[in-house]
Amino acid sequence: MASNLSTPDATRVSSSRPARPTPGRKNRGTKKNKGPYPYWFYLVPGVIYGLFFLAPTFSSFYYSFTRWDLFTATWIGLDNYEQFFAEQALVIGLRNTLIYAVMTSGLKVVLGMALAVLLTSRIIARGYLRSVIFFPVLVSTIGVGLTFTVLMNPEKGLINNALGAVGVAGPGWLTNPHLAIFSVGLVDVWKGVGLATVIYIAGLVSIPQDYYEAARVDGASSWDMFRHITLPLAKPATASVIILSLIGGLRSFDLIWSMTKGGPGFASDVIASVIYKQYQAGFFGLSTAGSVVLFVLVTAIVVPLTWWLNRGETA
Amino acid sequence: MKNLRGVVGGSVAVVVSAVFFLVPFAFIFVTASKSVSESSLLKFSWPQHFVLLDNLKQALAANDYLMIIAFINSVILTVVSVAALVLLGAMVAYVWQRRGGRFAGVINVLVLAGLIVPPAVVPTIWVLQKVGLFKTMPGLILIEIAFGLPFCILLFRAFIASVPRDLDEAATVDGAGPVQIFFRVIFPVLRSVMMTVIILQTVFVYNDFQNPLYFLPGTENATIQVTLLSFQSQFNTQYNLLFANILLVTVPPLIMFMFFNRKIVEGMAAGSVKG
Amino acid sequence: MRSHSTRLRVAPLVAVATAALALSGCSAGSLGGSSGSDDKTLTFLSPNDDASVASGKALIAAFEKANPGVTVKMEQRPGGSDGDNIIKTRLSTGDMDDVFVYNNGSLLQAIKPATNLVPLDDQSWAGNIDKLFADSSTVDGKLYGGPVGTAFGGGVLYNIPIYKMLHLQVPKTWDEFMSNSAAIKKAGKVPIEQTYGETWTSQLFVLGDYHNVAAQVPDFASQYTAGKDKYASTPAALAGFEHLQQVKEAGYLNKDYASATLNDGLKAVADGTAAQYPQLGGSAAAFDQVAPGKGDDVGFFALPGDDAASNGMTVWPGTSALYIPKTTEGDKLDLAKKFIAFATTQKGCEAYAEGSPPQGPFLSNDCKLPSDVSQVAKDTQAYFSAGKASPALEFLSPIKGPNLEQICVQVGTGQVNAEKGAQLYDDDVEKQAQQLGLPGWS
Repeated sequence: MASNLSTPDATRVSSSRPARPTPGRKNRGTKKNKGPYPYWFYLVPGVIYGLFFLAPTFSSFYYSFTRWDLFTATWIGLDNYEQFFAEQALVIGLRNTLIYAVMTSGLKVVLGMALAVLLTSRIIARGYLRSVIFFPVLVSTIGVGLTFTVLMNPEKGLINNALGAVGVAGPGWLTNPHLAIFSVGLVDVWKGVGLATVIYIAGLVSIPQDYYEAARVDGASSWDMFRHITLPLAKPATASVIILSLIGGLRSFDLIWSMTKGGPGFASDVIASVIYKQYQAGFFGLSTAGSVVLFVLVTAIVVPLTWWLNRGETA
Repeated sequence: MKNLRGVVGGSVAVVVSAVFFLVPFAFIFVTASKSVSESSLLKFSWPQHFVLLDNLKQALAANDYLMIIAFINSVILTVVSVAALVLLGAMVAYVWQRRGGRFAGVINVLVLAGLIVPPAVVPTIWVLQKVGLFKTMPGLILIEIAFGLPFCILLFRAFIASVPRDLDEAATVDGAGPVQIFFRVIFPVLRSVMMTVIILQTVFVYNDFQNPLYFLPGTENATIQVTLLSFQSQFNTQYNLLFANILLVTVPPLIMFMFFNRKIVEGMAAGSVKG
Repeated sequence: MRSHSTRLRVAPLVAVATAALALSGCSAGSLGGSSGSDDKTLTFLSPNDDASVASGKALIAAFEKANPGVTVKMEQRPGGSDGDNIIKTRLSTGDMDDVFVYNNGSLLQAIKPATNLVPLDDQSWAGNIDKLFADSSTVDGKLYGGPVGTAFGGGVLYNIPIYKMLHLQVPKTWDEFMSNSAAIKKAGKVPIEQTYGETWTSQLFVLGDYHNVAAQVPDFASQYTAGKDKYASTPAALAGFEHLQQVKEAGYLNKDYASATLNDGLKAVADGTAAQYPQLGGSAAAFDQVAPGKGDDVGFFALPGDDAASNGMTVWPGTSALYIPKTTEGDKLDLAKKFIAFATTQKGCEAYAEGSPPQGPFLSNDCKLPSDVSQVAKDTQAYFSAGKASPALEFLSPIKGPNLEQICVQVGTGQVNAEKGAQLYDDDVEKQAQQLGLPGWS
């Protein structure tokens, strides 16, 4: 397994290679076949992307080596990087980022798969259930954050009142330093599980029914069928869910910011919120250095993982 | 037997989903319908005095009907940028997937970079100022396009890979040029993934608040999410108005959802896993 | 050529797309009325909290009435650090409103007044404003800020009926404060309200203690700025963090201290649920809204230190001032200066006070407080009149660590102890000093 992770091939990392490489099309390099695929299709998007994303991003890399207050920039070499790694919140932030990303994508895989199995089985009210689970995906993150902050209020919130009614003393969801990051993660899952479910439904629907019929004839139990047919054949869907939610989880900011602002204290800080706070404090060079670090971290995790997941798929 | 299981399983799922997914929205609704003092108790209860309409009116009227201007701005922003994203994203993905070649590796890196790297605010503003588009709606639209492209390209590419090349070839043999092939042959086939792209990008652009905050400052330029953010500090004593705002902000996606519910779930399903 | 003909055919499509882009440009914001750029119109950027908006609007209305034909348009921005960001971004990109409200003291230094702001020394009102305010709005010998609103103190809001009922005296030392709190707890009331749901409110025990620090270590501000004195190694400065820890450990806090917000706290101290609430005096302006009719039940005293003799209040000589960016020029500049001058007159002050009731003395010497001010304002004024007031550290030093509020919450919720908290804050301060490029910190 470990050997699979080495030397990711840059040209293959995108989540999809042609699923059906048409045989006999090897000669597409010849002049004749270039015709229908003109490079000028790249022109407009290329200009927009280059001008409004690449150019500013590259110039910001320069600023990560400076002390920059937006008005003047002084070259200070690697000091910002040194300082960024010396930040006390960073250790917490790094740990929380990983916890958050793994927890949210893990739960989305498990719950998404479970819900998809449920929603593709013969139960009543399937359409309603699909809708109701998917709808939060569409709703504003700030709105969701504000609503759940109120629901999770330890004294007056609905959640703890409900728990209290059945005799359970609810915890301080967002005020307990050990719990806050998990509570936000749960809300993230609540909001995002609909997308994972829909992706899985697509994956499950595309599995030929014959497989199940054959297995049933062989006397396989439901669990056997899930274990040996559904799970392996839903792997592309699993790959999509993991990659999407992992990138989202590692970069996540909006929800954490609208619910805890990284608090109490620094207990629910993630790297993105540390960066943002430095930006707010006016440490623009430092915060840019932080963005570079986050970029490297996400790349270091996502690129090999993508490569590995895709590799497994064709193997 | 089987049906019984379906009924029981379905009923249990309906109850559980109602608790987890409907209660939060119901909470938004009842809080938005309460008076100031009642809403500050944060209770999940039917309002003693049902004043939803008054609250909605107040929320809409706040800051000289800022909400309504913000609605219009948000709609323009979302519609134009999503339309452009669909068109441009499909074009790039098509050539990228089909042609491969020298640029493919470069584009791969660029797309991945776009997904991962957080944008740099101030240098972006400098660029916008240089081209005279800072504080303009077209400027913000171009920003949303630039930031949204990588994801769209990726989704389109995955889908185009499953479209047989025979289609393009047949069209080429019939004498069609690249533009005709793309618009007449490929574009129509992409319908289901297009739905996915449209939904996800609409959600993304409509719900975005950071980009408008930085690249389109000024009260008369506010978008919906920005107003929500400012109401959060403005109405921190008036939960009923704050939730009336959340309710108003949630209405457009709800309408979109009710109209396209079936298509959305199907389109998402077809588009999000490679064919 | 085939490709040629198809390229022509795509042209209309591109044209449509371009037109859509162009159109969208026109329609956005045009509903907001004409964004007039004539010489008689000023734009004014205000924080978007209720009090600032109300008093800003009242000030604008009075100014427009006094100057017929002039229009001032108010724009709003979020407060707190989101607001800092917007101010910096807009200044650095040359896109600031004609006049804007922003903090003075250390935050003023961070926006590079020399490059970005118009100096106001030559204005006729410049010699006639509160000394502390003038000092904290001056950078490198030049005055940049015009006074708006009032000064106020940082101390403890207390519920007068509870104090009367239990026959308590306003405490002059920390020990008295703690024994008062013990008595209040015994009587079944919440002794000390804390509201970490809004993190900035956690800083009062540290920031509001500065009068006591300065009483014991008179040169703390300069030594601290030079990187010599630290919070962790200066007992007087460490005391603020220790107090945070003590009140938590003594069990004096309200049950929901971790999630309560400023408004919850104000309500609690006004209606007598809680007896004492460390807070900025300026927050008392919200009593009318949070606890109507109960505002006069609340008094205000300085955070006590070790020594009763040196008891006095840490004050904020106006947290914010009016500034003009360098991008305001010509007739607009004159009009902007006129607007600021108006704010220093009795009429201007009265208009401002109409929007939000004053909680301390006005900053312009031309303005007198109305007679019917709040109890908090009277108590604050008493400290000023007796000369027992020192400005907070952020007005004496350019360095204020950006993470103080989070660190105070850490100490206040028992995640770290006072010593550790003070050390963390010293590290935070060091980072800020390095980013400012101050001498002696490399």
